[in-house]
Amino acid sequence: MNSFREKSKVMDAEAIRRALTRTAHEILERHKGTAQLALIGIRTRGALLAQRLAREIETIESRPSDDAHGGLPSEGEARHPVQVGILDITLYRDDLSRIAPNPVVHATEIPFDVTDLHLVLVDDVLFTGRTIRAALNALNDLGRPKTIQLAVLIDRGHRELPIRADYVGKNIPTHPKEHVEVRLNELDEQEEVVLEVPAPAEERPTAR
Amino acid sequence: MTTTIDQAAKTAQWTKKDLLGLRELSAEEIQLILQTAESFREISLRPIKKVPALRGKTVVNLFFEPSTRTRTSFELAAKRLSADIVNISTQASSLSKGETVLDTVRNLEALKVDVLVIRHAAAGVPHLIAKRATASVINAGDGAHEHPTQALLDLFTIQEKKGRIEGLTVAILGDIVHSRVARSNIWGLTKLGARVIVCGPPTLLPPHIEELGVTATVRAEEALRAADVLMLLRIQHERQEAQLVPSLREYRLRYGIDRARLAPAKPDLLIMHPGPINRGVELDSDVADGPFSVILDQVTNGLAVRMAVLYLVCGAPRVDEEESGS
Repeated sequence: MNSFREKSKVMDAEAIRRALTRTAHEILERHKGTAQLALIGIRTRGALLAQRLAREIETIESRPSDDAHGGLPSEGEARHPVQVGILDITLYRDDLSRIAPNPVVHATEIPFDVTDLHLVLVDDVLFTGRTIRAALNALNDLGRPKTIQLAVLIDRGHRELPIRADYVGKNIPTHPKEHVEVRLNELDEQEEVVLEVPAPAEERPTAR
Repeated sequence: MTTTIDQAAKTAQWTKKDLLGLRELSAEEIQLILQTAESFREISLRPIKKVPALRGKTVVNLFFEPSTRTRTSFELAAKRLSADIVNISTQASSLSKGETVLDTVRNLEALKVDVLVIRHAAAGVPHLIAKRATASVINAGDGAHEHPTQALLDLFTIQEKKGRIEGLTVAILGDIVHSRVARSNIWGLTKLGARVIVCGPPTLLPPHIEELGVTATVRAEEALRAADVLMLLRIQHERQEAQLVPSLREYRLRYGIDRARLAPAKPDLLIMHPGPINRGVELDSDVADGPFSVILDQVTNGLAVRMAVLYLVCGAPRVDEEESGS
């Protein structure tokens, strides 16, 4: 981590907020409401984004619409909270035996049956697509969802698998050696997305 | 839910090839195993109880002593992580034809196995094998020395039921001198900040046991009064060469746990037993099946703990054969 230095700020707090609000609207538009909808966040920052998106979607849906309800939220709308699950993909990684030591495993917390639901996977950065491949395999073991879509805050390109996102907060062109760092208030006490580049050799720690 | 996300920010690393005992582990390493086990528990509650984490790895259960619980637990743990597992017991192996333990291990290594789970009647055999083998070695009980996964599942169960380990008083009652479970638990519990009392007839208390940082007593009532957790040990007929207790009835009279003996104990006392239970000797059925007992939770947790240990040792960096210089 120390061998990277910041190149540019890609998003600030306002930009992140607007991107999430737009994504929430897009998800609602595409699914025509929240029936059978559940968000699955990939640990760690995807889980935080999924929780924010769920709150955003609930806020939009509970807003009174001008016609038909006379300014009052209808019963149906108020009764549709969006379910959120947290997925840990560590055990499904394709590089487990290649990286040592094995990364810390955290629990998957999906307190509902995913069978026949419309799922939206949420992650912070889409890069090679390998994380999403692992997430799809993990979901496979948990049930048979009706559909799975993918929402990401950042798509930085350089896919190594045939995977694409259905909802993208922001597309940014990057070099494969660069690093996209998403910082969220809940975890990092900062709210921003920055692009980092490998530091020149003399700045790196000499110890190998 | 937010608290569990925060936990994910914590980073710890496991770098040991083997798990030989709790004596060699730091408090942080023990906590890492317990934390990993917590994450693995959910897998056994799924409709499909299997994850691909150890796909392609081969685990060998090499048991030189009989075992049902531990062997089955390791076997299921390996299977739920998608590893392949082979069971070898002494009765059905070349060991009965006179092959040495190290030759058996060399042959298994020639078959490219990744993990050896070893139980042996002699203390130190897993350590000896670990030094010679490139495969990971997990000690599943060596003589009266250590049984680390049993102590880890005990720690996990206490943590689960009491919410903490630090500051608790744990009484270990029974045949301390022959018990590897007691030794591993003493190391683990004291490292995590619990106070340990060992209790049993004087012939079954090892001399100088206090040097491990525990209190020893021959009076069951004294231990029971102070305890938050009571760990019972099996009276091991098979290991008692000399007559160390006059009779099982005599033992039961002074140290057997029944409802009447529990009268002075704390109301939220946990009762644990590593199994198999000698009903009516160290523990009466009304207590073993009663509300204080968490004996079956221990078995359930043992599976998650062994999954965690297999996962962690498989990820540890290997030392090249040239570097090890043997």
